[in-house]
Amino acid sequence: MGIKEFTTKEELLDFLDDKAVELRKEIIHLSAIAGGGHLGGGLSMVDVIVALHYHVMNLKQGDPRWPKRDRFVLSKGHGSIAYCPVLADLGFFPKDWLETFNRLDSPFGMHPDMKKIPGVEMSTGSLGHGLSVAVGMALSARLDNEDWRVFVLLGDGETNEGMVWEAVQAASHYKLGNITAIIDRNSLSLDGPTEEIMSIEPISQRWEAFGWRVYDIDGHNMETIVDTFDSLPPADNETPNLVIARTVKGKGVKFMEDNPIWHYSGLDGEKSEEAFKSIEQCRPARRATK
Amino acid sequence: MTDVQKQIATGFTFTTDTYDQLTQSEVYGKVIGEMAEANPDIVVLTSDLMRSNKTGDFRKVFPERFFNFGIAENNMVAAAAGMAVSGKIPFLSTMAVFASLRCAESIRTDLAYPNLKVRIIATHAGLSMGNGGTTHHATEDIAILRSMANMTVVVPADSIETGKVVRASKDLDGPLYVRIGRSLEPIAYEDDQYEFTIGKSIMMRDHGSDATVIACGVCVKEAMDAADELKDEGIKIKVVNMHTIKPLDKEAVISLAKTTGVIATVEEHSIIGGLGGAVAETLADAGIGIKFKRMGVPDVFSVIGYPEELYARYGIDKEGIKKGIKEVLHI
Repeated sequence: MGIKEFTTKEELLDFLDDKAVELRKEIIHLSAIAGGGHLGGGLSMVDVIVALHYHVMNLKQGDPRWPKRDRFVLSKGHGSIAYCPVLADLGFFPKDWLETFNRLDSPFGMHPDMKKIPGVEMSTGSLGHGLSVAVGMALSARLDNEDWRVFVLLGDGETNEGMVWEAVQAASHYKLGNITAIIDRNSLSLDGPTEEIMSIEPISQRWEAFGWRVYDIDGHNMETIVDTFDSLPPADNETPNLVIARTVKGKGVKFMEDNPIWHYSGLDGEKSEEAFKSIEQCRPARRATK
Repeated sequence: MTDVQKQIATGFTFTTDTYDQLTQSEVYGKVIGEMAEANPDIVVLTSDLMRSNKTGDFRKVFPERFFNFGIAENNMVAAAAGMAVSGKIPFLSTMAVFASLRCAESIRTDLAYPNLKVRIIATHAGLSMGNGGTTHHATEDIAILRSMANMTVVVPADSIETGKVVRASKDLDGPLYVRIGRSLEPIAYEDDQYEFTIGKSIMMRDHGSDATVIACGVCVKEAMDAADELKDEGIKIKVVNMHTIKPLDKEAVISLAKTTGVIATVEEHSIIGGLGGAVAETLADAGIGIKFKRMGVPDVFSVIGYPEELYARYGIDKEGIKKGIKEVLHI
């Protein structure tokens, strides 16, 4: 699995960490040219989507419609600014397309459009829909005897939506072990801490009670992320998987971390420079010995 | 195999007699079985309404392609989107009131926006739930669905036409909303030997050019009967079955306006935004000022009663249509 082969695990993890740093910088770059972006929740999901797209998921560089590919649904559609650069980097469309972000008639805005962006499996943006879409995809895979999986990334506040729970019950009812949901647990929604606005804990017990297998992990530790996804049971197992990725909103840019005012923001030149510097300073130590 | 299974597996043979005995839902259930035999991508979805939607027969023959989502309609709609992007052709059913109102956003954002080939068979539409009352009446659905880009909206006149629409959906891309009733409604067509094309209206009565009634759904047959009785009174009108509300057969509307100079619409729906609204917009856009009347449920919540009583209450049965035509003609 993964788009690139590595001889050692350390090399893989360094590669993924590098990709995460590049992506965080690209988010800052795009938010500057776009005049704003969902920075907080974009930065918190970086390590997970990097691990998924460059290692965990079965994808083919340059071929977004490869039939055997694993599917990814960005249920927290406002993470588009973190997601679209990954698709460009996978060769699904030219990178310079991203320079039009938020411009009139651009394929790229706050939320991803499957009809305009190669590689986007489903148009999202309205919270609460993605897991249901994933249920439909997973049922189709089962019907066709295909072993591709469906990964769906939800925001933590998003699980306030009742429709999420309709899908949670349907996935276990239909024994869809080919679904892996990930909650980007950055603990902040737009108005503040989720546990103050509308509490979602205890997440594990809630999902387990609905018949899901739950992994509760550090969503910024690349080794933990990789080990967790690598240990998922085969796609034909009968229990849907939830990975609670404990993350920090604004991760990697110190002045944004854990501060809900950076949920959606623009950056001036000076702030952008400060953000780039902060991302470099937060770069994880290298693992592989030369 | 049981007789029902054999019937579906080998293709159900309809006769005019059998149509009289089949509700629109039952015809849907049988035609979809026939189509699914030919196309392995067809899947059928319901939300704990298998018995009401008459999709149970399908389940018996194709159990692996039948999905019951329980009483969770939005999840069903979004899952249908996930199936459609994975190469399936989902036909989903629920009551029209839940499809159009509870699932409005899911249909609009998950099906219409990505222009997916999903068929919504919305049953128990209009006032057909009778004493179910307002919670189960669907009198806003045409207005809601036709305002969604990419959406096709069809309201078949009877069981025969329901079979026609479901079959015609084979060649239609994008989402389709089919609005059908609940019980054995009167049959408007003598047989199924007529040409049906989505978007092309059908002249059902052409007694003269005093006025035109443009109708859809159960109101088509009522309008035909009204036209026949008005003819005896010397009022000669045309009746057009506007089964497709979107895309509307605008050419026919404009031509009928020019020929007869008087148009009345009749539908089992609010007078706001449905067939009447679509026809009015077409006339206004074309700069045509003529005598015009919308018949349907006025701007009120419908009351409890049997469907026939409600049709009479809101003036969309034969007698109501006759009265409405006389009013617009100032007779």
